[in-house]
Amino acid sequence: MFDKIWDQHVVKEIPGGRQVIYIDQHFIHEVTSPQAFAGMRKRGINVFRKRKTLATADHNVPTLNQNQPIKEPLSKKQVDTLIQNCKDFDVELYGLGHERQGIVHVIGPELGLTKPGKTIVCGDSHTSTHGAFGAIAFGIGTSQVEQVLSTQCLILQKPKRMLINVNGELSKGTTAKDIILYIISKMTVGGCTGFFVEYAGDTIERLSMEARMTVCNMSIEMGARGGLIAPDQITYNYLKGRVFSPDEKEFNKAISYWESLKTDANAEFDKVINIDATDIEPMITYGTNPGMGIKITEAIPHINSDSFSKSLSYMNFNPGENMIGKQIQNVFIGSCTNARIEDLREVAKFIKGKQKSLQVKAMIVPGSKQVELQARQEGLDKIFKQAGFELREAGCSACLSMNEDKIPSGEYCVSTSNRNFEGRQGPGARTILVSPLMAAAAAIEGKIVDVRKYLN
Amino acid sequence: MDKFIRLKSTAVPIPVEDIDTDQIIPARFLKATTRDGFGSNLFRDWRFDNNGNSIHDFVLNNNIYKGQILIAGRNFGCGSSREHAAWALGDYGFRVIISSFFADIFKSNALNNGILPLQVEDKILHLIFKEIEKNASAEFEVDLERQTLSSEEIGDVSFEIDSYKKKCLLNGYDDIDFLISIRSEIEEFEKIQETY
Ligand code: SF4
Repeated sequence: MFDKIWDQHVVKEIPGGRQVIYIDQHFIHEVTSPQAFAGMRKRGINVFRKRKTLATADHNVPTLNQNQPIKEPLSKKQVDTLIQNCKDFDVELYGLGHERQGIVHVIGPELGLTKPGKTIVCGDSHTSTHGAFGAIAFGIGTSQVEQVLSTQCLILQKPKRMLINVNGELSKGTTAKDIILYIISKMTVGGCTGFFVEYAGDTIERLSMEARMTVCNMSIEMGARGGLIAPDQITYNYLKGRVFSPDEKEFNKAISYWESLKTDANAEFDKVINIDATDIEPMITYGTNPGMGIKITEAIPHINSDSFSKSLSYMNFNPGENMIGKQIQNVFIGSCTNARIEDLREVAKFIKGKQKSLQVKAMIVPGSKQVELQARQEGLDKIFKQAGFELREAGCSACLSMNEDKIPSGEYCVSTSNRNFEGRQGPGARTILVSPLMAAAAAIEGKIVDVRKYLN
Repeated sequence: MDKFIRLKSTAVPIPVEDIDTDQIIPARFLKATTRDGFGSNLFRDWRFDNNGNSIHDFVLNNNIYKGQILIAGRNFGCGSSREHAAWALGDYGFRVIISSFFADIFKSNALNNGILPLQVEDKILHLIFKEIEKNASAEFEVDLERQTLSSEEIGDVSFEIDSYKKKCLLNGYDDIDFLISIRSEIEEFEKIQETY
């Protein structure tokens, strides 16, 4: 499938093996676009295809009182710069206050802009999320943002292809997030560098669209350029009726085109990995990269390396310890990995009638305005409130803490986001990555628990 | 973009693996709207403590290590796509990063900013770290034309770079110039493309 989509987008071959690739859909946000627009001003050029770029403000935005001006002057300047650039260059912006605003990787799919067979880029590494629809989607740097704005193309080296098959029944309490944390722990953080991953197998086929996005989202965490999943009826059902989906007349024609993209049975991959889903349990990270993950019942391993020791000392953990029982102070449910409506529903269902621990600050940040509105419509906000969780407004929030949502130095945060790097959630903050279910359970007890004890 | 042809310099060693872009430039410093000035916050949280005091045992605070070459452990630049990481390294004064492995997006960002990500085998990297440990003023020479890295300890070691990117660096031009020159071909392509 990767080859079919890629080859359909080759505009030109370049001596030396690179290719000019046409980009169908481009997303931009406030952090990685200002220098690209500045570059275009300097060259005196316009946006080449205005309707193929969509902008939103997500990384910097406050998650409280979004109707008021942004307090932090630098954040405000960056968001204002985006507004000005979109105005000057005539690019559509779903900015703060717009009902379609949200994390760029949440709004693309929910608006139906993310479709099978497309090439999709954004100046953000988690663009891999959109691969869940059978698209080639990947993150780019700001120079490349400028290239796409100016020419709708990029000069790329075709990546190698890897197939990861996941087969078997997932056990209760084990989710898409655990699948991908498990895969990353096996592949390590650099293990897929240079590859584009296709996920297949019956476990993947049974996943909802939201769950597939969670899997593809974290492909980048093992170094892969992106991850994709073949579209099927679940994909088409999701797409039907979205704002930018093909209308009813066109939809069947679109489906037959999308079906034609699927991987042939005899397609060749540079590497094939097989994963047994019955081996996966709820996963948890103990270190400072997403590859440092274990099953919740396992102990932190002993590894003899300076980097490993440095990481454990940052986290204040020791080899051989169990994660279960460790005290935590913060829970963050959010980010482009796990802040879609399905995630919020799952958390609400779990915490209904329970109370969060008094020592924990529990924050739920929806991935988009749409998710937030839907959560309120469904009454999830009341469940959150009763349980002591704070539902905020849409944005990246404590995933990278560019706004006010920072975790205090030295404190632990159990987080549904995708990165546990040193200082990711604020200087000195210690991040522990888990699924939304595991995060909710940790919030209730004030310490790390195996969520399955609640499910039997 | 500045040309890159040849460079002889001492080097700064950071023998840590999997250095991610959040360490190279933490997110809170990404609020600028220009490309300049990121160098002062390069490796910010490794260089300074929470009160802004220098952390003495970090290599960038150690005067005996200087130069335009950074030597880093395996899998350098993983994580975010932020080009600010490349800008910070460039602004600080690095023109070459040597490691045994680079993350994809970082590599492309570095090349787009005239910084050469130079990949060597693990055992060569190990030798280089040893050489600097013995002699902080050891010099390394990078010759892009010949694709070689040399020093007293390792001799001449050749490295790979794809011929298109090599030409870009040698001549100081970037992808965008080329893409703009083929805009009419791109328009032709659009006419035949099938989309939904
Ligand atoms: S939620 Fe986090 S990972 Fe996702 S786009 Fe925002 S900052 Fe990046």
